[in-house]
Amino acid sequence: MSVLKHPINSTDHFRGNVKADISLVEYGDFECPHCKLAHPLVNRLLKERGNELHFVFRNFPLKKIHPHAYMSAAAAEAAGKQHKFWEMHHLIFENQDRLSSNLLYLLAKDLNIDIKQFSKDSRSEEVSRKIETDFESGIRSGVNRTPTFFLNGFPILTYDETYDSLLNAVLAESRRLHHGDSAINLLL
Amino acid sequence: MILSKGNKAPEFDLYATPDQKLRSSDLKGKVVIIAFYPADWSPVCGDQMTLYNETRELFHKFNAQLIGISVDSKWCHMAFSENRHLNFPLLSDFEPKGEVSKLYGAYNENTGECKRALFVIDKAGIIQWSYLSPDAINPGADGILDALEEMSNIKI
Repeated sequence: MSVLKHPINSTDHFRGNVKADISLVEYGDFECPHCKLAHPLVNRLLKERGNELHFVFRNFPLKKIHPHAYMSAAAAEAAGKQHKFWEMHHLIFENQDRLSSNLLYLLAKDLNIDIKQFSKDSRSEEVSRKIETDFESGIRSGVNRTPTFFLNGFPILTYDETYDSLLNAVLAESRRLHHGDSAINLLL
Repeated sequence: MILSKGNKAPEFDLYATPDQKLRSSDLKGKVVIIAFYPADWSPVCGDQMTLYNETRELFHKFNAQLIGISVDSKWCHMAFSENRHLNFPLLSDFEPKGEVSKLYGAYNENTGECKRALFVIDKAGIIQWSYLSPDAINPGADGILDALEEMSNIKI
């Protein structure tokens, strides 16, 4: 796998501390069961270490095998236009086993989102371009499955769907930054 | 060793569906991407063929045709392809088993399956890039796109 080719930029949705010296980028698919598994792990990591982390989620919908992946990504992006990207992101993963376009509207309603605008935005060129740009940046960075995590630009190859594997990668990167160890040796 | 840059791509004539064959000569004038892979039915989300299915539009920007090849039978390919909604041909290197894969150096004699090997072939039928991935690792599409970009001088 390659390194992250498209650095974090202003179009990305982020959580944690934007000034932190460790960035964690996830390429994910809202209908992928492995991404659903990763979701509470990332939440816990941000709860425990959010101050040290700048977390970004990018869309990597595998449309042909996950028929609701793209509409879910569009719904999250459209909610983001009303500053509710992360609320929608959480609700989609929590309801992954019953995704449908109707459900996405109901979730938006629950979040007190302006539905008319949401509907317009979720079909807009801007939203589709954002999703495609995310996907292409993932492909060019060697993303080959979801979720794929990049820590300060390097893929976490040791991630094994456990919290410890994520945490240990972050701790190793933190040690490297503060003690000058090689990132490659610790992560790969 | 798999064939590398500068080699002429060996020709093939293999079943793409239960009653249709695809010959390399049918693809004349096109850039061809061949992905040899060990077996249909890999269980992971985003397995190699599923990923390439999603990348097809990017390959098309380079007028490149993608083909998957394994030693699975044409009926197995048909079921796999339908199940994953694949929209590119999977060729069956089934009888004589692995004949084409062997010509590319992409046959694993120990497992009786194809290796996980990628080839990008130019319009003149010359290999411009090849890559052998460990069997257990999905090589992604970045190497293919980098090679296509280098060949065409198109940036995407």
